[in-house]
Amino acid sequence: MSDLHLSRNTIHFAESLPLQSGAILSNYNLVIETYGKLNNDKSNAILICHALNASHHVAGPDPENPSDIGWWDNMIGPGKPIDTNRFFVIGVNNLGSCFGSTGPMSLNPETSKPYGADFPVVTVEDWVNTQARLADKLGIRRFAAVMGGSLGGMQAMAWAIQFPKRLAHCIVIASTPKLSAQNIAFNEVARNAILSDPDFHGGNYYAHGVVPKSGLRLARMVGHITYLSGDDMAEKFGRELQRSAGAPDEYRFSFDVEFEVESYLRYQGDKFSSYFDANTYLLITRALDYFDPARRHGGSLSRALAEVQAQFLIISFSTDWRFPPNRSREIVEALLSNKREVSYAEIDAPHGHDAFLLDDARYHNLVRAYFKKIAEALP
Amino acid sequence: MMRADFAAIANWVAPQSQVLDLGCGDGSFLAFLQTQKPVHAYGVEIDDQRVLACVQKGLNVIQQDLEGGLALFEDKSFDTVVLSQTVQTIHQTEKILSEIVRVGKECVISFPNFGHWSHRLAVAMGHMPMSKSLPYAWFDTPNVRVLTIADFEGLAHQLGLDILDRVVLHEGRPITWAANLLGSLAIYRIRGT
Repeated sequence: MSDLHLSRNTIHFAESLPLQSGAILSNYNLVIETYGKLNNDKSNAILICHALNASHHVAGPDPENPSDIGWWDNMIGPGKPIDTNRFFVIGVNNLGSCFGSTGPMSLNPETSKPYGADFPVVTVEDWVNTQARLADKLGIRRFAAVMGGSLGGMQAMAWAIQFPKRLAHCIVIASTPKLSAQNIAFNEVARNAILSDPDFHGGNYYAHGVVPKSGLRLARMVGHITYLSGDDMAEKFGRELQRSAGAPDEYRFSFDVEFEVESYLRYQGDKFSSYFDANTYLLITRALDYFDPARRHGGSLSRALAEVQAQFLIISFSTDWRFPPNRSREIVEALLSNKREVSYAEIDAPHGHDAFLLDDARYHNLVRAYFKKIAEALP
Repeated sequence: MMRADFAAIANWVAPQSQVLDLGCGDGSFLAFLQTQKPVHAYGVEIDDQRVLACVQKGLNVIQQDLEGGLALFEDKSFDTVVLSQTVQTIHQTEKILSEIVRVGKECVISFPNFGHWSHRLAVAMGHMPMSKSLPYAWFDTPNVRVLTIADFEGLAHQLGLDILDRVVLHEGRPITWAANLLGSLAIYRIRGT
């Protein structure tokens, strides 16, 4: 077991960025974390794309707060499925996020006030463009792999479409080629919770010295339900009542927390609303809604993927009802129709959408085997 | 050890062709095939450990249950679809046969011949056969459809499948007469009409 070689940097991009919406961002910062060492010909770089609430902090202890372990630490590190002894792994905080990269909380250079509601809507494709510029800065011509789960998987897919020559492998986990009406509906409930919070102030709550905490909390509670499977919730909480030791196990006939699941959701909501930015939540859920690479091709995902060159590994989880296996199979089908290189695994795991973040032997063994083959092909 | 049907099946696959191996197991056949000739191939397998073994070999593998049909695959999108010692493990025999001839321009199908004399003898003696080609006890066999060469050819005729070629083996050696009695492994090259 050797060192993770964690390094964190803020990278400034002075050249303006045209966005899909037509808006232009004059300059911006991206915070990145890297692990392992870039080899001489810069061929061992892996880009990890994050999902809704995550950040550049992918692996290891946070240098400033060692109890904060990276969100995909079980996957990435020395001797782990993505072995940082072989690969140079990059985690990047996306534009519009709230963990140091330029986003709604950042100062708008034109007004010297936080962007707030004025921060432009960004898309998955915009993120991929910023990540490509990041690769340029780091001198990485071609990634050994671009990988992500959920929304991160959408970015990996968009990479293969937008920059087909710049990645050898594309790993898409628990993802979808586009949100369903039901997915968008859940996002809409979450956004509505934020937008209708009296502390939201049209997105300019920073100026009022408040945050729309209750809206964000509710948004997270709704989201969280969709990350877990029904079975998982039944297993974790069942209908257990939330009672302190020795208290009678009887109904209290009130609207306070009665069931353990309520307590759990409130806890998750509270935790999330204490560190996440509401404007970022709006932006990122919108990026999810808008992602639909087939749209430009008359709804044909097959045509959208016609030019990809990367080899794909697609993984889904049996109990994920947010992005169920069928959605991954749509991607597989489109790749097969183009005769692209693709492997697909459907992991029978009980943990719903969240399974992609958890340590499951079948899942991790598969990723380990796949990356071992990638490593063998390196010089 | 290389299975007896591998070489015979590989003979029927043209270089540079698109190959789909259904029930590809640990990928042994596709790995063997790629040492014989350049092909572009995918395997389909349901079992987690075997899918992992395919990934370890660097093969394209799609995890799915063949009982569900081949909806992921377009009509005539493969030069050769291989169903190697798998048909006897699938409940929906007619469905999978119609699916493979839909997806493949040609198909190669192999199965253990229940009609081999040793199997007939075992049944005559009052027991389900166990042999090299049928190595499982009756209570833990993955085989859900037992068939003979005569049975298969009957169904192929009934479904309107063209039998283009047939090789029957026993212990790796070709059987040229009384195949249904002396052969333990049958391999067919077929196509839809």
